[in-house]
Amino acid sequence: MKYIALLYGELDAGPAPGTPEFMEMLGEFESATAAMADAGVLVDSSPLQPPQTATTVRVRNGEAQLSDGPFAEIKEQLGGYYILDCEDLDTALRYVAAIPSAKYGSVEVRPLMVMGPH
Amino acid sequence: MARLAGDLSLAEDCAQEACAAALAQWPREGLPANPGGWVVAVARRRALDHLRRESARAGKERLAVQGWAAAEPDGSAVAGDDQLALLFACCHPALDPASQVTLTLRVVCGLPAASIARLLLLPEPAVAQRIVRAKRKIRDAGIRLRVPDPAERPARLAPVLRAIYLTFTEGHSPHGTSAIVRDDLCEEALRLTRRLHRLLPDEPEVTGLLALILLTSARSAARADQDGALVLLPDQDRSRWDRGRLGQGRSLVEAALAQRRLGPYQLQAAIAACHADAGAAADTDWRQIAALYSELLRFDPSPVIEANRAVAVAYAEGPSAGLAILDTLAASSQFARWPQLHIARAALLAQCGRSDDAAAAYRDALALEPAEPVRRHISGQIAALGAAPTPTQET
Repeated sequence: MKYIALLYGELDAGPAPGTPEFMEMLGEFESATAAMADAGVLVDSSPLQPPQTATTVRVRNGEAQLSDGPFAEIKEQLGGYYILDCEDLDTALRYVAAIPSAKYGSVEVRPLMVMGPH
Repeated sequence: MARLAGDLSLAEDCAQEACAAALAQWPREGLPANPGGWVVAVARRRALDHLRRESARAGKERLAVQGWAAAEPDGSAVAGDDQLALLFACCHPALDPASQVTLTLRVVCGLPAASIARLLLLPEPAVAQRIVRAKRKIRDAGIRLRVPDPAERPARLAPVLRAIYLTFTEGHSPHGTSAIVRDDLCEEALRLTRRLHRLLPDEPEVTGLLALILLTSARSAARADQDGALVLLPDQDRSRWDRGRLGQGRSLVEAALAQRRLGPYQLQAAIAACHADAGAAADTDWRQIAALYSELLRFDPSPVIEANRAVAVAYAEGPSAGLAILDTLAASSQFARWPQLHIARAALLAQCGRSDDAAAAYRDALALEPAEPVRRHISGQIAALGAAPTPTQET
């Protein structure tokens, strides 16, 4: 089953860049990702650039409305994602628990919708 | 005096059931809107069924055991380990606590939605919908039917214990029937707990729950007289208590407490053991029981437990001491709708010589429509007080 893990966090959560703790966190990201890759469950993953780089598109009454920034001004913003393909939810959760975002923010794990015959 | 003391035991008996049930039924996340309406339908046979559906994918074969969540029970029993796997799956943390309990009662214990609705004090459509949504979540999110790995098991325990105990309390004090006990539910709960104990022999709360079920169900045979009427704790023929279960229960309590990881099920088992240790009702160590309830309050500051403590205090120190505690509880609007509270108050009021107040309290209890054996008993008590009999509601 395919799952997406959406990494949410407050912008100032977690260790500050340049600190040894920050380097440690990067290392944890690396090992979490490597674990998934080695197990053959990693489909795709990427961090996102910060929320202020976002552009939000809404088409209303045939008219495209663009706005600067994320779709909602909320405290916890989307910072990255992983797409996993594994046996069941518990397996996905185990890999996701190792992602540092789970410690400093929240990670939402959701199954992808299965399209077509399977 | 014996009859009035009997009422205290009725209160204690009922209160203990309600107390234990409340521990299981009233998690902080979901307090029922109407705690007073304790009418529950008859439980039916335990039935389990689950399907396995293969899904092949890009040359890999994977077992997706999600079909079981969609199937309705058909009456066939499921082997022990499968049942434990089912139990853990129904109590998966990806499901909210209310859904965990509801689904377990439906799928593992085979209770129909109507029974569950009355047990959890919810409208039946809400229960049915909760079950449908929970099954869908299990299917869509890929929750697998398996017993968790050893490292994960302790964290996954709480809802499992709660669901099993809820089943047992319903079996021990069934509502919506004139039967004193539903052995099938009690034995089902016992079976599940024994298996859990075999799986997790070092978890003291599992040991505690097993002890509690053994010690409480040991009294079953003595709880009904030949006419099928409820016999209260002090009136029970203790020679009819199951010595084997009492012995097992006692050793398990000791084993659990020795681990020094106290918890609510162990404490309740210890209370049941106090009763078991008393050769006759008069030998009961009520001070010890009151102290155990105080401990229990530290884990769950529930008014139901406080009411139990009040009854124990009344036995240990006299009715007015207990009454003081109950009066405080009765002032709370929520628990004013709980029949057992009024029964307990009535008994203590009668002991204080306040017959009119006692009769009034009994009528308050009747108005809240408790289970039939309780109703019959209350009507009897009102008559015994010399007050005008209240018209009983026939079922």
